[in-house]
Amino acid sequence: MNSLVRRLSGPFAAAALALPAFTLPAFADDKLNNGDTAWMLTSTALVLMMTVPGLALFYGGMVRKKNVLATAMQSFAICCLVTVLWMIVGYSLAFKDGGGLNAFVGGLQSLFLRGMTDASLSGTIPETVFMTFQMTFAIITPALIAGAFADRMKFSAMLWFMGLWSIIVYSPICHWVWGGGFLGGLGVKDFAGGTVVHINAGVAGLVCALVLGKRNGYGTENMAPHNLVLSLIGASLLWVGWFGFNAGSELAADGTAGMAMAVTQIATAMAALAWMFYEWISRGKPSVLGIISGAVAGLVAITPASGFVGPTGALIIGIAAGVICAWAATSLKPMLGYDDSLDAFGVHGVGGFVGAILTGVFISSSFGGVGLDKGMSIGGQVWIQFLGTLATIIWSGVASFVILKVIDATIGLRVTKEIEIEGLDINLHGEVVQ
Amino acid sequence: MNYIIAIIKPHRLDNVRAALEQIGIEGLTVSEVRGHGRQKGHTEIYRGAEYQVHFLPKTRLELAVEESHTEKVIEAIQSSARTSSIGDGKIFVLPLSEAVRIRTGETGSAAL
Repeated sequence: MNSLVRRLSGPFAAAALALPAFTLPAFADDKLNNGDTAWMLTSTALVLMMTVPGLALFYGGMVRKKNVLATAMQSFAICCLVTVLWMIVGYSLAFKDGGGLNAFVGGLQSLFLRGMTDASLSGTIPETVFMTFQMTFAIITPALIAGAFADRMKFSAMLWFMGLWSIIVYSPICHWVWGGGFLGGLGVKDFAGGTVVHINAGVAGLVCALVLGKRNGYGTENMAPHNLVLSLIGASLLWVGWFGFNAGSELAADGTAGMAMAVTQIATAMAALAWMFYEWISRGKPSVLGIISGAVAGLVAITPASGFVGPTGALIIGIAAGVICAWAATSLKPMLGYDDSLDAFGVHGVGGFVGAILTGVFISSSFGGVGLDKGMSIGGQVWIQFLGTLATIIWSGVASFVILKVIDATIGLRVTKEIEIEGLDINLHGEVVQ
Repeated sequence: MNYIIAIIKPHRLDNVRAALEQIGIEGLTVSEVRGHGRQKGHTEIYRGAEYQVHFLPKTRLELAVEESHTEKVIEAIQSSARTSSIGDGKIFVLPLSEAVRIRTGETGSAAL
């Protein structure tokens, strides 16, 4: 997103906001760039593909057969629900000027996308494209959470939770970092959403797993994935789509986008190998679930770093993400005893944290990155990165907890034990996969 | 007449079928089943979660043979299905009181 900063802030570039203030009015000399627009149209489609069908298949393959439709349905329904909410209120809260509250949340002046026409520009691309691109991020973030409570949440409660979470948690945090809020102003480096998307979703997932409690039979019954081929296809679609996520976050078709793509590929492959070898050494076999989980962990960890680090930084981020996330999913989780069904926290929360912190290190030009802000040390940047993750962890954690408790007190969060044992597909949706 | 049921390792099926063909057995029924004997299943690991899988995939084949063929068939199945490792399976022999060929109505040995 660097180039947009340069373009928007012109002579004030030295002020070096770490992240673009999308809300700045378009300068008179802003012109639509066909190349940028073409790439952003493509990126938007790629990021949407990450949720449907990518995440739907990735998660769907990992649950038991009796819950595969319910799990895939969550991704699909969230995609539809968040699209509508983003159009009504989410985009305005995330990217419009919030006046006196602008540090924390955007304004309501663009409810129902008021004021957006086919001539509106956001930097060098149409605002329609920018709005839709950001919409695909708003879609995938809550969809990631669903992995934490798979197999046991009521569909109605899930819809209420995701709708409220999108407005109360996602839009404000998105505003903090990218919409002109206080984290961007502080100098937090989050190129494509390691904090906004992954730590945010991971922490919310952990809270869901804790509030909902363990699945019936957890630890005693066989809860092995029913079809890892689906998961492998899903993870592969996530990988490909992530080029839109990371290289698209440059909002332009330029050199930074190219580097973002290259480091995404490198970190992902390295993390996949790291998880595979970790498992091979510690458990005796290199598993399919392991290598695809490692790939997703690498994608998550490189997300905040993608436009800032070089190939060597990407390689090290990949190793760290693969090993640490593998440890979180296979050792930390049983140690702490929460049932994060599909490791939304272990992969997205932990991977996002690893990426956010290491971005502060490998952004340094001495490690082949684009360089720290003037006068900033590695230690100082890492501290700012940490503050960014801390603010996100607190707001996401507290707000998610309150939303869940309110839903639990009104319509209830969990399906009955009978439904859980018999399967969500037949009971919640009246359909089954044979 | 006897009815022979053999539970074997799935990958030995082609071997067994060839051996039975060689001694002139013309018909048999095969199904995919799950089960365990003294082998007691195996362990699967998913992201560190270990699951004891009690039932393993096996192949069950069944055929009806004349009394005089029984020993030969048992011998053919045993030698062709054996890998000498645990989980090779079992052969059961049951007395068969009647057989009917549906198309012609033939009974007894003529129906085999």
